[in-house]
Amino acid sequence: MESMSVMAEDMGYDPRAGKTRDEIEGTTQEDRARDLGMMSEQLKNRSMEVFFEVGEDENFVYPYADMVDFNKRTELDCEGKPTTQVNKDIRALMEEGYGTIVLKNPRGMHSVGVGILNKLNLIIEGSIGYFGVGLIDGPNVRIKGRVGWSCAENMMSGTVLIEKNAGSTFGAAMRGGDLVCRGSVGSRTGIDQKGGTIIVGGDTGAFSGFMMQRGRMVVCGNAGKNLGDSMYDGTIYVGGEIRDLGVDAVPAEMTDLDKAWLTRKLTQYDLMPEKGVDHFTKIVAGKMLWNYDNLEPNEKKLIL
Amino acid sequence: MCGIAGLIHRGKSSDVGSEMTSMLTALKHRGPDSTGFAVYGEPNAGDYIMRLKVAEQEDMASGYDMKDKIDIRIGEVEKRLAEHKASIKAKDAATPYAMRYVITHDGDTEAMARYIEDVEGTEILSLGNSLELIKDLGDANVVADNYGLRDFKGTHGIGHTRMATESDVDIRSAHPYWAFPYNDVSVVHNGQITNYWLKRRQMEQRGHRFMSSCDSELLAVYTADNLANGATLEDSLKASIEEIDGVFTYLVATKDELGMAKDTMAAKPLVLYESDDMIAMASEEVAIRAILPQEIDTTDPYDEEIRVWKA
Repeated sequence: MESMSVMAEDMGYDPRAGKTRDEIEGTTQEDRARDLGMMSEQLKNRSMEVFFEVGEDENFVYPYADMVDFNKRTELDCEGKPTTQVNKDIRALMEEGYGTIVLKNPRGMHSVGVGILNKLNLIIEGSIGYFGVGLIDGPNVRIKGRVGWSCAENMMSGTVLIEKNAGSTFGAAMRGGDLVCRGSVGSRTGIDQKGGTIIVGGDTGAFSGFMMQRGRMVVCGNAGKNLGDSMYDGTIYVGGEIRDLGVDAVPAEMTDLDKAWLTRKLTQYDLMPEKGVDHFTKIVAGKMLWNYDNLEPNEKKLIL
Repeated sequence: MCGIAGLIHRGKSSDVGSEMTSMLTALKHRGPDSTGFAVYGEPNAGDYIMRLKVAEQEDMASGYDMKDKIDIRIGEVEKRLAEHKASIKAKDAATPYAMRYVITHDGDTEAMARYIEDVEGTEILSLGNSLELIKDLGDANVVADNYGLRDFKGTHGIGHTRMATESDVDIRSAHPYWAFPYNDVSVVHNGQITNYWLKRRQMEQRGHRFMSSCDSELLAVYTADNLANGATLEDSLKASIEEIDGVFTYLVATKDELGMAKDTMAAKPLVLYESDDMIAMASEEVAIRAILPQEIDTTDPYDEEIRVWKA
C-alpha cells in the first residue's frame, strides 16, 4: 500500500498540517479525496489482498480536524427526546465547536449518533438500540453499555468502543476504522465487511464474516457456525473454537506479520489474552467461488 | 416484523400487568395492528378462568341486530357451561364481544371447550387456573385500558405487538395463542414459518383445531401436541428448531415456566436480561429499559438457543 506521506510529498504539501476551510474549498475534489486517504489502494491481480505494514498510520486525516476542540465538553440528556431531536442536537453542538459530547440516559434508543462526518469524541453513558452510530466518518465513540443490532453499519472511519455486549450484524458493510466490542456479539458480525477492523473480546454467533470483502476481524472468544461463509477476501482471526467454517473459508498460516499486528491491535484496546496471540487461527477466502478468475476487471469488461 | 416481550418475577408476585403494558408500548413501532398479553396470576386450584370472544371487533358494525346476536351467543355459551356442570362464579365483559368467566368445573375441560367453541363466532382465548389472555386491535395502552390490565398482579407474562403479514388484522389472528386444549399454556411468535401448511395438515390429521390462518398459531398447536405426547417444555422447544422451518423467535409460557427458542439462522431478535429475582426479554432493548431504566447487562441469545426459566 502506497503510504500517504509519500503521496503528500508528491503533491507538495502535508495534509496533516491542517487547512482552513477557505484553503479546502480552493482544492479539487480529487485532492480532497486524496487528503482523506481515499484512492490509495491498488487492487492486485488474482488476489485483492492489500498488504499492510505493522506500523501503519491510523485511519485517515481530516481536513477540519484542527478546528475541533476536544477539550470543549458538554452533556446532552436524551431523556424523553425522540431520536431525530437527539441527532439534531448533536449536530448543533458540533457546529458550536464542541469536541466532546456526553450522551446521558439513551435507554436503548435507536439510531443514535448516525451520520457524524467529522472528528468528535462521543461518549454514550448507557445502552443504545438498533443502528447506533451508523454511517459515521471520523468520530471516536465510546459506549458504556450495550448496543443493539447493526451497530456502526457502513462505518467509514473513526473508532467505536463498546464496553458491554453487542447485537447481531455488528459492523455490517463496514468500510474503515476500528470497531471494538469488549463483550460478546450476536450473529452475522461483519456481514459484507468492506474494510476496517472489527475486534470482539468475547464470542461471536453464526455467519460471522458472511460475504466479507476486505478488512480484518478479530474474535478473541469462540465463533459460531458458518464462519466466513462465501467470503470474497479479508482475514478473520479467531482465538477460541470455531464451530464450523462456511463455504470457501479456509484456514491459513499465521505469519509473524499477523502476530505483530494482532499484538499491537489487542494491546491498543486492552484485550490482549494472557497467553498471547500464538493460539489464534487465521481464516481467509479460498477463492474457489465462481467470481474468481485470473482476469483484471478491465479485461473482464472486454470479454463481456 | 412483530414485537415480543416476556417477563418473570422469580418466586413473587408483582405488577406484571403494568410492566407488560410499558414494555409493549415501547415496542409499538414494531407492530401497530394488534396487541396481546398472556399474564399469569396466582393459581387458584379448582377455579378456572376462561376468556372468550363471541365476535370480532369489525362484526360490531356489521348489522343493526349484532347486539342481539351477541346476547344470544353469550346465552348459548352459558347454557353450554351449565350442561357441562360448570358453575359461573364471576362474569365480566371488558368489551361487548369479549367475556371473562371464573368457573368451577371438575370434568373434561377439553370436551367443554370444544362444545362452547361450536357456538357461532365464539373462540376461547384462554382457559386455565392462572392464565389471563387478552388480545384486541390497537396499541398496548388502548388494550390495557379497555381490559383493565394495569392493576393485574402476577408472577410472569408474555406479550406481543403485531404487524400483520400472513393473515388479517383481527382478534383471531392476534397473538398470544392459547395452546388449545392445554390449560395455562400460551405462545407469542416473531417471524415467518415456511412449512406452515405441511405442519398444519399433519396437526389437523391428529385432531387439532386451527381458528385462524396465521402461521404463529401453528407453534401453539405444535407445542400442545408435544405436551400431549408427554414432552416437557424444553423438549418441545428443542424439537421445534429441527421440525419448524423459517425464521422465528418465540416465547412459550406455562403455569410456572417461561421458555424461548431461536431458529437456526438467528434471524429474529431477542434481548435478554437475567438477574436473581427477575428475567426480562424483548425484541428490542428499549422495551426492557422501559421497566428497568438503570444500567444493566443484557445479552443476545445465539442461533438454535433454547432457554427455560422457572417462575
